[in-house]
Amino acid sequence: MKHLLSIADLSAAEATKILDTATELARTSDGQIKKLPTLRGRTIVNLFAEDSTRTRISFEAAAKRLSADVINFSAKGSSISKGESLKDTALTLQAMGADAVVIRHGASGAAQRLADNEWMSGSVINAGDGTHEHPSQALLDAFTIRKHLGKGSSDLQGVHVAIVGDILHSRVARSNVLLLSLLGAKVTLVAPPTLLPIGVETWPCTFSYDLDSVLPLVDAVMMLRVQQERMTELFFPNPREYSRYYGLNAERMRTLKKTAIVMHPGPMNRGLEISAEVADSARSVITEQVSNGVSVRMAILFVLLTGSHLEVGSM
Amino acid sequence: MIQPKYHIKNGTLPNGEKKDISIENGVILSIDNVGSVASISSDYVVVDAKGSRVLPGLVDLHTHLREPGREDSETVLTGSRAGAKGGFTALSAMANTSPVADTAGVVEQVFRLGQEAGYLDVFPIGAVTEGLLGLSLSEIGAMADSIARVRIFSDDGNCVFDPLLMRRALEYVKKFGGVIAQHAQDPRLTVGSQMNEGEISSRLGLKGWPAVAEEAIIARDVLLTEHVKSRLHVCHVTTAGGVEIIRWAKQRGIDVTAEVTPHHLLLTDDLASTYDPIYKVNPPLRSHADVHALREALAEGIIDIVATDHAPHPTESKDCEWQEASFGMLGLETALSIVQKTMVDTGLMDWQQVSERMSHTPARIGGYEKHGQQIAVGSTANLLVIDPSQIWHVDRDLTMSKSTNTPYHGHTLPGVITHTFFQGRATVIDSVVQKIGEVQ
Repeated sequence: MKHLLSIADLSAAEATKILDTATELARTSDGQIKKLPTLRGRTIVNLFAEDSTRTRISFEAAAKRLSADVINFSAKGSSISKGESLKDTALTLQAMGADAVVIRHGASGAAQRLADNEWMSGSVINAGDGTHEHPSQALLDAFTIRKHLGKGSSDLQGVHVAIVGDILHSRVARSNVLLLSLLGAKVTLVAPPTLLPIGVETWPCTFSYDLDSVLPLVDAVMMLRVQQERMTELFFPNPREYSRYYGLNAERMRTLKKTAIVMHPGPMNRGLEISAEVADSARSVITEQVSNGVSVRMAILFVLLTGSHLEVGSM
Repeated sequence: MIQPKYHIKNGTLPNGEKKDISIENGVILSIDNVGSVASISSDYVVVDAKGSRVLPGLVDLHTHLREPGREDSETVLTGSRAGAKGGFTALSAMANTSPVADTAGVVEQVFRLGQEAGYLDVFPIGAVTEGLLGLSLSEIGAMADSIARVRIFSDDGNCVFDPLLMRRALEYVKKFGGVIAQHAQDPRLTVGSQMNEGEISSRLGLKGWPAVAEEAIIARDVLLTEHVKSRLHVCHVTTAGGVEIIRWAKQRGIDVTAEVTPHHLLLTDDLASTYDPIYKVNPPLRSHADVHALREALAEGIIDIVATDHAPHPTESKDCEWQEASFGMLGLETALSIVQKTMVDTGLMDWQQVSERMSHTPARIGGYEKHGQQIAVGSTANLLVIDPSQIWHVDRDLTMSKSTNTPYHGHTLPGVITHTFFQGRATVIDSVVQKIGEVQ
């Protein structure tokens, strides 16, 4: 594995290796040792051509805990905002000797373009490309679900996950459908028909227009952010109606199984897709997702840059 | 300047007959049975076409020559050379230049540039609406009466979306037997669209371009055409549904013709999974089922012609992310090879049908009188010679076009065009484009 561009490129074994490595690395950060020397002397560039706070900080923390040198390169105030092309940015990073580039970009396929062309030789890690994929988010979500519901086994056999909201434009949903199904979970997408992509029936999951009928069946429910710009693009009548049918509020939360968890990749629109009571409830694992994100991204960097992985219990 | 005379011997005509053809003074002087002429006068240049087909010079109804305005990607001269290399003797220059070809002045300029280049005839297409903005009619009459004698009008790149404006345009061109060539794309259904909408666009996260956006406009336009008894040409049909609507319209007697591009006969939307914008084109590459339907429709004649939609772009317009990239691909130099590969070598069409779809019929639609003539004594000597048994390797660095955005780089294609004759002059000899005209 050289790059992480799409979950579609991973086998179940490879995904499990990353999750197992993350489990081991999480134990080190829980304990006395916060920092490992693994990537000392390696340079990792965070190339964020699209605004992002949590993913960039998460990758930065992950790289630093592995002792890598981190260079942050964001759209605002950089050559990208001056109209520099992706190609020229990549050539610049190559000239600076980046061992890996973590790229967030508004264009679907931007990470793959970076990896496929001979613009640079390092590893490329997709930190979200347009409406295509967000593989590290899916891995941290799977890690979180496995921790809570994995029933001791390494895969997600028998776990049922609902992903609710704007599936059409969601890179988080695309990566999660691929990864969770790869690991044996059952996935149900829930959205109004306007926000489900054409051809969704060919995806390895089921779908429903009715949140209320799905909630009692699932072990985890993942709420997706409704982007501000969708409000004016005729996908639904107005935010109130959306919230009425697809928002997770306290009343709906009570229909979940006792053990079910509530997830959200953030940032949340409190009061729209998720109510404050739900976001702050005991079922919510939303802040835990953030801390798991660091361990999982450490694992991604570890596996890609060292070419090895850690077995559970090996450290 | 004395024009050389040519004697093309042992060639096979579109109908399969083997003949020797003599060309002099821009016309076909004689057609004889192979070997029946006892001796060829020494002032003839002899071209041995043994094993090759001699076809009427190709006529393209859809070419982007980019001049004036984007001479960095193509000029009338470089586009003419690319056309000659591909066996064309006539091109139709699309109106989306800068300034737009919406006045007599611009179309006359483009026409003259074509004459000066001298490789083939460049017939300008006039814009339907001023500035291609879709708001008011351009000076259609002035363009028709100009020395360019424009007969085809198109806002290609944009759809004439306003139904009232489309109706008026269809009516107006009846005055001189013109035709509206519509780029059928509902703009509201394709805001920000990147590729064919379907399973693949959904997986790739690229904004979908539904087939219905094309089909709804075709359906509306054939009905408008029927109502005002005018003539419609549908540019670059890409969907099986579009074919069915055109079939229905023709059965009803509506005066509609349609074109398909070579790339839509071969390439499919799954190529977008590379995210390589070399495959980004408007209208987008569609599914395998659509490609199959387009091939059948072209063979059957429901789709009347092949048109290249040759769309040169500078390197930086394609060397980037998919959604940043420009739409379009080169087509002139590979068109006949792609048609041989997809239609002839598959047994769907013979060379007579190729001649009809790529020469006779487009010339008739455009009203290009000196083009698309039968290969007969007295016809204008617009001809090409292709050896269908030879293959060639497409190399983007060797294009005659000023641009390199061919999707076939590295491909091996059948059919080597060895000669092209325009008005009796050889523009291509042994696959090498000759120096013609003032520019040496």
